[in-house]
Amino acid sequence: MKHVLAPIAALLALALASPLALAQKKYDPGATDKEIKVGNINPYSGPASAYGTIGKTIGAYLKKVNDDGGVNGRKINYISLDDGYSPPKTVEMARKLVEQDEVLLLFQPLGTPPNSAIHKYMNSKKVPQLFVATGATKWNDPKNFPWTMGWQPNYQDEATIYAQHILKTKPNAKIAVLYQNDDYGKDYLKGFKDGLGAKVSMIVKEVSYEVADPTVDSQMVQLQSSGADVFFNITTPKFAAQAIRKAFDSGWKPVHYLNNVSASIGSVLTPAGLDKSVGLISTQYLKDPTDKAWEKDKDVIDWTAFMKKYYPGGDLTDASNFYGWVVGQTLVQVLKQAGDNLTRENVMKQAASLKDFSPAGMLPGIKINTSATDFAPIQSVRLIQFDGKQWNGFSEVMGQ
Amino acid sequence: MDALLQQVFAGLATGGIYASVALALVMIYQATHHLNFAQGEMAMFSTYLAWSMINAGFGYWAAFFLTVSLSFVLGVVIERVIIRPVENAPVLSVVVVFIGLLVILNSVTGWIYTYTIKTFPSPFPTAPLFGNKFVSSHQIGAIGITLVVLLLLFSFFRFTPLGLAMRAAAQNPVSAKLVGIRVGWMLALGWGLAAAIGSIAGMMVAPIVFLDPNMMGGILLYAFAAALVGGVDSPGGAVFGGFLVGVLENVLGAFVIGNELKLAVALVLIIGVLVVKPSGFFGKVNVSRV
Amino acid sequence: MSRNKLIFLVVLVLVACALPFLVSNYRVFQFTLVLVYAIALLGLNLLTGYNGQISLGHGAFYAIGAYTAAILMDKFGFPYWATLPIAGAVCLVVGFLFGLPALRLEGIYLALATFALGVSMPQLLKYHHLEKWTGGVQGIVITKPDAPFGLPLNPDQWLYFFTLVVMLLMFLFAWNLLRGRIGRALIAIRDHHVAAEAMGVNTSIYKSLTFGVSALYTGIAGALGAIAVQFVAPDSFNIFLSIVFLVGIVIGGLASIPGAIYGAIFIQFIPNIADELSKAAPWAIFGIFMIGFVYAMPFGINGAIRMLLARFGRKAQTGGPGSTITESSLKTKEASQ
Repeated sequence: MKHVLAPIAALLALALASPLALAQKKYDPGATDKEIKVGNINPYSGPASAYGTIGKTIGAYLKKVNDDGGVNGRKINYISLDDGYSPPKTVEMARKLVEQDEVLLLFQPLGTPPNSAIHKYMNSKKVPQLFVATGATKWNDPKNFPWTMGWQPNYQDEATIYAQHILKTKPNAKIAVLYQNDDYGKDYLKGFKDGLGAKVSMIVKEVSYEVADPTVDSQMVQLQSSGADVFFNITTPKFAAQAIRKAFDSGWKPVHYLNNVSASIGSVLTPAGLDKSVGLISTQYLKDPTDKAWEKDKDVIDWTAFMKKYYPGGDLTDASNFYGWVVGQTLVQVLKQAGDNLTRENVMKQAASLKDFSPAGMLPGIKINTSATDFAPIQSVRLIQFDGKQWNGFSEVMGQ
Repeated sequence: MDALLQQVFAGLATGGIYASVALALVMIYQATHHLNFAQGEMAMFSTYLAWSMINAGFGYWAAFFLTVSLSFVLGVVIERVIIRPVENAPVLSVVVVFIGLLVILNSVTGWIYTYTIKTFPSPFPTAPLFGNKFVSSHQIGAIGITLVVLLLLFSFFRFTPLGLAMRAAAQNPVSAKLVGIRVGWMLALGWGLAAAIGSIAGMMVAPIVFLDPNMMGGILLYAFAAALVGGVDSPGGAVFGGFLVGVLENVLGAFVIGNELKLAVALVLIIGVLVVKPSGFFGKVNVSRV
Repeated sequence: MSRNKLIFLVVLVLVACALPFLVSNYRVFQFTLVLVYAIALLGLNLLTGYNGQISLGHGAFYAIGAYTAAILMDKFGFPYWATLPIAGAVCLVVGFLFGLPALRLEGIYLALATFALGVSMPQLLKYHHLEKWTGGVQGIVITKPDAPFGLPLNPDQWLYFFTLVVMLLMFLFAWNLLRGRIGRALIAIRDHHVAAEAMGVNTSIYKSLTFGVSALYTGIAGALGAIAVQFVAPDSFNIFLSIVFLVGIVIGGLASIPGAIYGAIFIQFIPNIADELSKAAPWAIFGIFMIGFVYAMPFGINGAIRMLLARFGRKAQTGGPGSTITESSLKTKEASQ
């Protein structure tokens, strides 16, 4: 926020908010003169509990916001519940938050299946399902689901960018793909194939793995023996690290594309071995706090200070903790813009009127833009390559 | 052919993982006639202890042996404190206690150590043995250690009075008591040994799969299958079962049915084996008395 | 059934009927899930509690029931109520077929086989050749039914009553089944299958049929669950669901019909309490609850209630078979392997 752009953003925000701010205070359930109730659902238990830390970071960040005086004088009352990544439990928790706790909005529920389970419910109740923590494309559908909005760049667009990059730089490539056999992996795969278009036959081998698999060694051997010279690695951190290491150790030297999900130096490349990660290509939209390139960056220093004070148990190498901090700022921006008109309708309206908003932690040049027909806040990323020490951007900001 | 060979070797390497956990399962079964579902999580927790020690500046082998001893003590304590009160409860109640233990260990570890993956060092050289491209030195070393543990275990049960007493206590507690075996302590000892073996398994597995609280989640089922297909009362069978499951799964996944269903099909085959040979390949045939 | 017990039951049903008018819709939804789980647990209890066959994979049958209902409603436009008998029939057949090879397996071996079934099920649901029916990883979204005949009930209340009626019927059927010859045969097989066979009980048929009927119960519960949640996806039916079912019947009380209800209440509400107590490690709290319940009530909640009643001098109930819980009768074959 303390960027050069901040004044402009603030001005814009003010311009947008002012007619409403002058109007009478308007409240929906969950908002009063004193507080705003924000609900959240995260997997604190169960198979996806690694992501539970996002919900905790958001909680810590909102505590900081409250300590600093809150949003427009109101404290944020953050109610975060555990669904264990089980869709039926998500439904139950969403209903508890909406019907019993009466939150103003539901913020950052995590995972595609849990969000799919409450998609219809939230929209029929007309309660914002705001900035969901999944990269599926279906959250950008304002016509049919005007109460649901994503946040991060979607998986398909990102995969398309890799596909286009391959077409441009290595048009005769033979491509091998490793993907997680779930909604996330399949979304990436689809975007990748769409991006290759007519040249989809460049993919000579695609294999999947299950989250419960102990290793992906067998899959890597299959991919390697296909004779591919380009490897698209659609995996979550643990498996990404295994795949990077195995590709190197077995002497396979493909051009290696790694999805953004696992592009963290601290929690993926370091365990895999930095020397084994040289040459990896990925995309970024947030700064990587474990990247030496950002060591002296103000945002990263601020974040580290924030973590030490408000979430001392949190892991500083975990990219999820950085993500939670940035998305938390986006929520606060929306609530600021909403001013005293804290109705659910206005929350969605403000969420859909973010203009060139750049929260701390975003890569320079990447901004959040939304409109009534565009419910995809972050749509641009930058291609990066790892040189053994840090990520280097080697493209302009891509996407819209 | 090269591809097949590669898959077989990769299968043997992961099979080594299953084998080492299966050994711990067999150990506890020998000693208590229960299958401990929390075995994997106990091993995972032990590995975190070792990780903490190494981070605190201990040498690898110092941390290794300290962890093994500490895990032994922890195993005994768990038996004395947590399992003892349900000693006479129905079997399924004991199973629920195991499940409770599993979720507690998993959750508490995540809370203490967070869920980001950690590297765990290997005591073996990084360069592959004889420059082969199939298996890493660590994987070979891990298999070697598993075999050493197997040998020790076999000798313990076969040749020492204590081993005999433990088997007696598990098989027939009443008669064992009559001949003066302290059955309660035998059970605790069994838990301690199983925990110690589990900790070795964990420390051998972690360099391959990376250390995280869910490290053992996927492995437990395979180890369970390995232990049963080999014969649950046979440590050698468990190791054999581990390799079998590892190779079977890889070869099926790569060449026969694809990765999507490899687990399901491998399990169907294993159950098929059990239907034909209910005691597994090396298990003693059970004769029930009317 | 004694007169006192009948009165007690009638009061209980009346309370259950009054409930949706006293609490919020969200609570009604929760109680609907309790009823759903109670049916599923009763199914598992028939198999594990009464017949002594352990299952670590009943979540699979729950999933099959749920997907059957969802596919019929979504792809073929079936009304929700018509999906229940079909889901039950599908599970009956699948359960029976699974029960045939399982005849050769006992104790831990059966545990492995069923565990494998539970682990494999989500992968089968994702399998790409089945995707056109199952919706693959994305799952299927279905619509919640409204109250028919212009009844003045909202969809939550209606579904609650619908589930309640199904549950009562299923419980009645189970009670009827268990108090007669069949029930005695099941328990005889559990306690000593060789002796049972010697007395002329066809153990093979009984055991595989029990597997089928047990799957039928759980499958119908799955279908009801899908209708209540309005969504099915492979992630809804992971192995932990199966394990929680097992925890539910043990904590509720093995080989007891009311135990299924106590167990359902446990698995529905204890995780929520754990979540409220600790965000840091909710599963740890859940685990402590599990162990604590087993310590306090090694024979389940039902066993504890029965003991309490006996202690207060009231005549111990003499319900159907299986009501006399002894230590030995609960030891499944696992112990003697």
